[in-house]
This record gives sequence, structure tokens and C-alpha cells, in this order.
Amino acid sequence: MAGSTSPAARPAPPVLRLDGIAKTFGGARALKGVSFEVAPGEVHGLLGKNGSGKSTLVKILAGFHAPDPGGVMEFNGEAVTLPLKPGDFRRLGMSFVHQNLGLVPSLTVLENLRLSDLTAGRRGFINWSAERRAAREALARFDVAFDPDQRIDRLSAVDRALLAIVRAFEEIRVAREASGKPGLVLLDEPTPFLPREGVEKLFTLMRSIASHGSSVVFISHDIDEVMTITDRATVLRDGDVAGSLVTPEATHEQVVEMIVGRKLARTVPLRTAKVVERKPRMRLEGAASAKLKPSSVTIGEGEIVGLTGLIGSGYEELPYLAFGARPTTGGTLSLEGGAAMALASLNPRKAIELGLALLPGDRQGASGVDTLPIVDNMFLPDIERFFSRGFLNHRRMKREAWQLGETFEVRPNDPLLKLSALSGGNAQKVLVARWMNRKPRLLLLDEPTQGVDVGTRQQIFTALRAAAAQGMSVLCASSDAEQLADICDRVLVFARGAICEELVGAQISKDSIAEACYASLERASPANGTQP
Amino acid sequence: MTDITQAPAPAGGVRVNYARLFERVALIAVWFLLIAGFGAAMPNSFLNWGNFAILFASYAPAALLALAIIVPLTAGDYDLSVGATLTLSSCIIGVLNVWAGLPILLVIALALGAGVIVGLVNAFFIIYVRIPSLVVTLGTTSLMTGIVQWMTNSSTIGGIDNGLVMAVVGGRFLGVPYAFYYAIVAAILMSYVFDFTPLGRRLLFVGRGREVARLNGIAVDRVRVGALVTSGVLAAAAGVLYAGVLGSADPYSGLNFLLPAFAAAFLGATTILPGRFNPWGAVVAVYFLATGITGLTMLGIPLWVTNVFNGGALILAVTISQLTRGREASDIG
Repeated sequence: MAGSTSPAARPAPPVLRLDGIAKTFGGARALKGVSFEVAPGEVHGLLGKNGSGKSTLVKILAGFHAPDPGGVMEFNGEAVTLPLKPGDFRRLGMSFVHQNLGLVPSLTVLENLRLSDLTAGRRGFINWSAERRAAREALARFDVAFDPDQRIDRLSAVDRALLAIVRAFEEIRVAREASGKPGLVLLDEPTPFLPREGVEKLFTLMRSIASHGSSVVFISHDIDEVMTITDRATVLRDGDVAGSLVTPEATHEQVVEMIVGRKLARTVPLRTAKVVERKPRMRLEGAASAKLKPSSVTIGEGEIVGLTGLIGSGYEELPYLAFGARPTTGGTLSLEGGAAMALASLNPRKAIELGLALLPGDRQGASGVDTLPIVDNMFLPDIERFFSRGFLNHRRMKREAWQLGETFEVRPNDPLLKLSALSGGNAQKVLVARWMNRKPRLLLLDEPTQGVDVGTRQQIFTALRAAAAQGMSVLCASSDAEQLADICDRVLVFARGAICEELVGAQISKDSIAEACYASLERASPANGTQP
Repeated sequence: MTDITQAPAPAGGVRVNYARLFERVALIAVWFLLIAGFGAAMPNSFLNWGNFAILFASYAPAALLALAIIVPLTAGDYDLSVGATLTLSSCIIGVLNVWAGLPILLVIALALGAGVIVGLVNAFFIIYVRIPSLVVTLGTTSLMTGIVQWMTNSSTIGGIDNGLVMAVVGGRFLGVPYAFYYAIVAAILMSYVFDFTPLGRRLLFVGRGREVARLNGIAVDRVRVGALVTSGVLAAAAGVLYAGVLGSADPYSGLNFLLPAFAAAFLGATTILPGRFNPWGAVVAVYFLATGITGLTMLGIPLWVTNVFNGGALILAVTISQLTRGREASDIG
């Protein structure tokens, strides 16, 4: 059932060969010398958990990062000088489809398909009828029939992904035709938000590309998908190649073990550990959205509950739904065992009045305003507190902001600086301080330490733990298993839009979380499966 | 102006950022240089308090219009319709007071009411229908201009109630007609709201980060509606002032205020509180531009130079402001 072409031994050199590619960030070694090959006409899987080095590798190939000296890269048997310059990859015959697909929603299929050509300005005028014909041909070649004049935002998610892949393949046509050699398309997590039937279409397209003699690298969290479509797969773990597999011969368990790095404990669900008795603080009943099936969670007083899962599993929705910050399709919330209120009737203002607080994952877009002073960012939700006798007391605001800055070790601690003057970690401390200072009953977090240095991360965790000890409850969505293991009393693992595993107390560790993410995927997959 | 601008943090030593200090007062300094320059060229006619008194009074409607603009600009919306609102308001006064003979106080109330309606109409299309503010207010500008022409038969209406004229230019304080002080009172009120009330902070956050504001419990839509209604009312008040200054209602000249008022709003955002639309900056900018235009006119320089001065001053000031801030991204616009 795997790839339709046979990766039979040929005299042709591998399309891509990497040897000893390493990358060090500061002191941290993100890649420790990765070597692998992609054969012509092969669909090659690239697997690994968060932080295994997959994205670093992709960024090196795309020319975003310069690898450490000493690595070797060959494309179709010819040595390539590293580091690559941004954009060099296309000239070689390599192109990328990233998760966001890089399509412009308000433009047409035709315009998107020819985007790089049309904007390159190599020609004086655009012959639209010829362009349209070329676009139709390109689409027909892969059996995907869209109207070239259709706008992207009218296409389904699946069709968008198909278009992005066709475009990626078209982008390297010039290079392929010039050299007469195969090209390489790298798909970086294109599937997590697609319905199952859509994924099948994507696979057909990938096989079609491979049958043209070019190669596809398919990066995904989804082991089932990788096993279905790829001929071979390489697994990265902690910056090293953990192994490589001929996928049709491998079992699901072998792949998971290779990703996680140890044997899976294939026992009954891990729900046996004794839970500390806590008074319930908040109960979410059937909370649902477009990305999340009805899910129910109870959080106890002073409890820190982690939410995690693979990309697209919907775990990051809950904090926003509980705060009334995203459109919901149903569900209720009740506090301290009180009456249930519909999530649809909730909005951020009401949530704040109820004693909830939300620190969104998008620090610059949703959490703080970079161009305004620290003091104003800190006291945004409780500015009224400083308004007395008709005037805002700027002096008191500044003094309290400074004190709060000291408590949370904001450096430099000058409340009048703009938020943008601080490093990412310090800016996050300001925003954490904003909410913690209000002593919320429940703090909702989404990726609270993304882009935050290790020291700051520890400070934030210490503050969270201290507040939880005083009774504050925390709901923390994160893709970082290590950080969840550090702070959580309980971790809920999501797959395909539903809670499917609960880790409690001593069961929680970095490895057990990562393992649950992958194991749960299998359990949550539909009964019919994708393999015949 | 606010103590936010003074005093270092309790922990830090006294640090004066001279570049920033210079930036704050640069426009005022250039204004005085301009006055000195024209003064040297025309010591008798230009450097004359009477001349300045007239300048202050006759540009009061423009100052009020610039103040009107910065309210929705701070909240992140453009209101291009303020010029047409000014005209509409002054023509409502002309038509209802002179032609229909209604009492002036009632007519003023109706004119301000029209400003409220304009603001609500703009807000409906911008916030409820989600059309970009630039498009909506461009449309309502044209709409109102047409209504004004219909209302007035495209003619200037003279003979507005003397009570209004007296209230606006009849009396003087320190030699300057009252009109100027109405604009000053508006600037005082506005700087109070901007700097000393929670509402001012909310307005600022709504303009700089809608999603941030929303997730911090601010009723973003309500703030934006409020800002647009405020600009409508202030623009209508500018129209009342304009009718008082002229003693008549002119269906055409109001739109001429629009671009200088926008120029002043942005120019004003480079001074006093650089990087923010601020009332005193806007007022200073209006009178800076007015001084330049008056001086050039008195020198007998042809009319086209006025426009060149308006536009040139705006671009130059914003450029200098941007350069002194180095690579820092612009906070506004």
C-alpha cells in the first residue's frame, strides 16, 4: 500500500544527501550531525517529536539557518556549498510547503500558482490567457481540477493544500527541466487540519509527483499517515538520527519506540493513580468548537492542569473557550460548583469579572501592545483601580508597576519603557505579572514560555507554583512535554479534537507525555483506519 | 503635561534623554523660529498682536477639526468625513436660523445632533458592517456634500443670528476673540480624557492592539463607536464656530479644512507626546501651519505656495521625527 513507485536500486545518485549536518544555538546543540538520503522517485518520511530537530533541519535547507561548518550536502550527486542562501533551494530544484501553505487568500488560484513568476518581474507584461492555459495544464497534470479564477478563500482546506503542493512542484519545473534531473518537494506538516478523506487526495498527489521521478519529503507527527504514504522514513530524536526504516516493513510500535526513544509500556490506560482530593474550582462541560469535539474538564482548587497533544489535536482551544475568547459551538462552564453558564454567553470582560485570566500564546498580537509603556500594559485590565477623584494616579501606577516588576524580576525594571524595549522573556514576565497580580481564581495559559529563555521559564514556573499553593488554579496548554512535566499535577492529552488520555501525579514525565501523544493518536484513529 | 513624562523610576538614577526632550519641543521651537523669521521680514505688520489675535480666532475651527480627527485616529479609525460634517453643521445653522427663522440655540443643538447622527452612521458601516473606515467616511463625505448643496441651493447664506457671532468673535480676552478659547477648552477636556482617565487608556489600546484590548475585557466596538460619535460632534461644533466666525454659512469652503486638519493631526503626533496623537500637539501644529500660511500670504507669495507649505511641513516633520527615533518602527498610522 505504500508508495506506488519502487525505490529499487538504480545507478542514479540520491536526490538529496546530507552528511553530518549540525547546528548549535548558543550552547544548545539542536542538530548533532544528521545524515540521510532521499532517493529519486521516493516519498520519504521525516519523523520526530517537538524539539527533535526537524524544523531546524528544514530551516537549514531553506537557507534560514547556517549549519555549523563541516556538514556535507549533495543534490543529485553534486556538492552544494553550505550555508545555502535564502531562496537558493529553488534554483537547485527543491521547494517547500509549510504548514501555513503560503497562499494569499484574496487572490485567485491562477495568481497564487504563478505568484513567484508573476512578481519576479522578469517580463514586461503578463499574457493572462497564456498564464491561464499554463495553470490549467499544471493542474491537469496532477488530476486536480480547479477553476483558475476561483479565489483561494473559496476553496476547501484540502484544495488549498493540494494547490500549495502543485505550486511547490511547479516552482521547480524550470530547474528540473534545465538540469534534466529530479526535484524535491518538502512538505512540512501539511495535514494536521485536514479531514481524513482530504489526506487521501494529498497522498494521491504525492504519489503522482513521485511517479514523475521527483522525490517528496513528508514531515508529519502522524505516524499512520507516514506509514501509509512513505517508502522509507528517517526518525530524528534529540538532534540525532534515531534510525531509518523501510516503512512497509515496520510496525506502528517500532516507529513510536524510535520516536520516543524507549519501549512503549503497552498497558491498559494509565488512569489508575490516586488523584489528590480537591474542591472543584471550574468545570467545563462539553466545551466544543470547530477544532474541538465536546470535551469536559474539572479543575480543582490550586491544581495545575496541562493540556497537550500533537499539532491539530485541538488542545490549545480550551483556554480560549473557557475565557469566551473564541467562537464556541457549545458547552458550559461552572465555577466553584455553581450554576452552569453557556460558553456562548461568555466574553473576555465577563470572564475577567468571574476571576478568570487568560495569557494568550500570541504575545505580540493578543497579549501585550509593544508600542505602549510597560506600566500601561501591566494595568490594562484594572486601570479603574488607579482612577480616583477624577484623575488617574500616574504616580501610584508607576510605583506599583515598579514593585511588581521587582517581584517578577523584570529587567530592566523601568515601567515607563515601551514593552518592545524588553527581551521576549522579560516582556512575558510583565504580562504574567499583569494577571497574577489580580490573584485570579483560574489562570488560563497558552504556550506561556514560548520564545522565553530558560532562566525566565524557571521564574515563571516558580511564580505559578507559588500561586497554586495559595489556591490559584491553572490550565496550561503547551506543546512542550518537558515544561508540562515540570509544573503539572495532571496532564490531559488530546488527539483528533478530543481528550484521550489523562496522566496524573507520578505518571507524568517528559517521556510519558510524548509517548501518550503518539499512543493516543493510534487509539483515537477511526476504526476503519487508513490501512486496508 | 502628565507626570508619566517626568521623574525617573524609583530605582534608576536621573536620566534625561536629550534627543527625546528635543523631539518634544522641536515643533514649538520651529514655530517660534518661523515667527522670528516673518517678524524680521515684516517687523511692523507681522509682529503685531492684532495680527496674531485674528490668526488664533480664524483658525479655531481648524483646531477643533484637528482635535475631532485624533479621537478616532487614536482608536485606529480614519474619519475623513469631519470636513463635510463641519460644512453640514454650519449650513444647518444657516438654513434653519436664517431661512426657517428658528431660534439660534435650538439650531445649534440640531447641528450638534447632526454630528451625532453622522458619527453613528459612520460607526454602523465601519463597525457593524465591517467596511474600512477610509471607504465609509469618503462615502459619507460625498453624501453630505451633496445634501448641503441641495439644502442651500449651493448659495452662501448670510445674516446668521448676531448672538452666535457675538459669542464667537464679539468678545475678546487678552485681545483674542472668544473663538480661540473654545478650541482651547476642547483641547483641555480632551487631554484630560486622554491622559487622566481609564477611558483614554482604553482608547489607546483599542487603536494599538484590538485583540489585546478585547482579551483584556475592553468593549472594543463600543469604544470605537464612541470615538466616531465624538469626532462627529466635535466636527459639528467646529461648524458652529465656523458659522460664527464668518457670520454666514458657506456650502463650499469647509472641505478645505480637511487636509490641513489631517496634516496637523499627524504633525501634532511628532511633538509634545511624540508617537501619539495628542491634543496639544494637534493644536500647536494647526497654529504652526496657520502662522506659515499667514506669513507667506502677507509676504505676497502666490496662493499655491500655501499648499506646498502645508504638505512640505507635514512630510518634513514626520521624516525628522522618524529619523531621530532611529530604526524604531512608527507607532501610529
